[in-house]
Amino acid sequence: MSNVLAVIELKDGAPRRVANEVVTAARALADALGGEAHALVVGPGGAALESLARHGADAVFDCAHEALADYHAEGYTQAVAGFLDGRDYGAVLFGATGQGKDLAPRVAGRLGLPLATDATALGSESGSVIVTRPVYAGKAIATVAVQATPALVSLRPNVFTPVEDARAGAVHSVPAAVDPGSWRVRRREVLGGSGDRPDVGEAPIVVSGGRGMQDPSNWSLLEDLRDSLGPNASLGASRAVVDAGWRPHSEQVGQTGKTVSPRLYFAVGISGAIQHLAGMRTAGTIVAINKDPDAPIFKVADYGIVGDASEILPRLAEEIRRVSAG
Amino acid sequence: MNIVVCVKRVPDTAARIKIQPDGGVDQAGLKYVVSPYDEYALEAALRLKEAAGEGTVTALSVGDAASAEQLRSALAMGADDAVLLKADVGMDGLTTARAIASEIAERAPDLVLFGVKAVDGDQQQVGLMAAELAGLPAASVAATVDVEDGAAVCHREVEGAVEVLEVPLPAAVTVTKGEKDPRYPSLKGIMAAKRKPLVEKDAAPGEARLAVRSLAEPPARPEGRVVGEGADAVPELVRLLREEAKVL
Repeated sequence: MSNVLAVIELKDGAPRRVANEVVTAARALADALGGEAHALVVGPGGAALESLARHGADAVFDCAHEALADYHAEGYTQAVAGFLDGRDYGAVLFGATGQGKDLAPRVAGRLGLPLATDATALGSESGSVIVTRPVYAGKAIATVAVQATPALVSLRPNVFTPVEDARAGAVHSVPAAVDPGSWRVRRREVLGGSGDRPDVGEAPIVVSGGRGMQDPSNWSLLEDLRDSLGPNASLGASRAVVDAGWRPHSEQVGQTGKTVSPRLYFAVGISGAIQHLAGMRTAGTIVAINKDPDAPIFKVADYGIVGDASEILPRLAEEIRRVSAG
Repeated sequence: MNIVVCVKRVPDTAARIKIQPDGGVDQAGLKYVVSPYDEYALEAALRLKEAAGEGTVTALSVGDAASAEQLRSALAMGADDAVLLKADVGMDGLTTARAIASEIAERAPDLVLFGVKAVDGDQQQVGLMAAELAGLPAASVAATVDVEDGAAVCHREVEGAVEVLEVPLPAAVTVTKGEKDPRYPSLKGIMAAKRKPLVEKDAAPGEARLAVRSLAEPPARPEGRVVGEGADAVPELVRLLREEAKVL
């Protein structure tokens, strides 16, 4: 028997969508390995914990501590490593979010275990965990065998579709093995940003702009399209416009930015350099809008419109609002 | 202040990655560079040294003999010396981190900088793992690194905001693209790099436990379809997104 642990990420006290993705993947892997799926919540999980059982957790461990209300790298590392101490898991799964990419390698280093990051598929073969992961930002796909127990794996957001598979999923409170006095890193402040939009690397819908937008002042057209697509849509940018200083690097999509896998990706005024195509080619559906009918972006796009973004975008936002309202 | 910057040899990002029938990457015509984020880390280190007016910047790489080429690039940019921890290819992130951590323990630098990720394996893990193994406090995804009163002050990118963290030295930081572009090596720097010390030693990585079973090119996307031209094509596009792709 080999149990699988899903390390849960919360936002405002509720499991994020990625948390349900990770629990769903843990459920499937636990079934393959012949064990139970467990969920570990670091910080105050509160009323949100039952949604984890609804997505397949046989047991939910609530590892709360007043010092863990906000993410703290050292605190969360202590809490997760402390929880795993003396427990026997076949695999431990994290979301490859900003937080997961900070936490998982620290836990791996502390436990002396290898980590397979950004998995896009999970399987098992004679009891060991097999991970599919993009390399070279998606220019190639590697299949990796994790020869360690537990297998530590982080999962690319938006790839594992959350499935409801309700379990009894009792919640167990467990003490957090943390010592805030030992934490060395101090957070001075948080600057700017309402944080009300997902990071481009995690957003299920991404609206990206490139040089073809002509001027940074035209970004309001992309913002309006994003707004028409709902609160889960975020803005992205090509390297050219980031290098030109039009947009921050945190929005850059591509091999020297973020690799994205949204279910819907709009590439507007982006011709499609190889580094950009690598970073978004695993998107579910790709829409390209470009004046140049020969732009390489049309080769990977599912749907394209040839034409001027400044005419097409307002009409597109309006049409999306119209059908969404209907 | 003594700073170690870790650099990795990676294929140029403009390269097309072709997989050979035996599952290896076709090396023909493949150009290698310093991983772009490592150049940002190196630039940050050189600026910290310049601001302090003293200290050293050491470039460190784990890899085969060919990685000496990237260490020479780092020396040409302005690093004072370089260390190549020689290891076979086919390591995983943990073994790389172990090799780095043991060198850090020996050198005891004030600051260790890493690129936030290498653009080949895309693992985004070695810096934080090495920090953990070396017992150093660490911050990741820092767009800026300053040193104030014995601490590294990092502006790090978090979802939609910037977090300002203070990490007491000695510390490790992984660096992302910031406002300062990496400098180009001057001709003088390239000439000087030939005379700077580059030490080669055997790495102490332990056994790799992530085994790449196969490498494949990504599945081709089905041929796309141009719905039409101009704003008049919008209603048909939205209809297809709703009814065919079912993503709206």
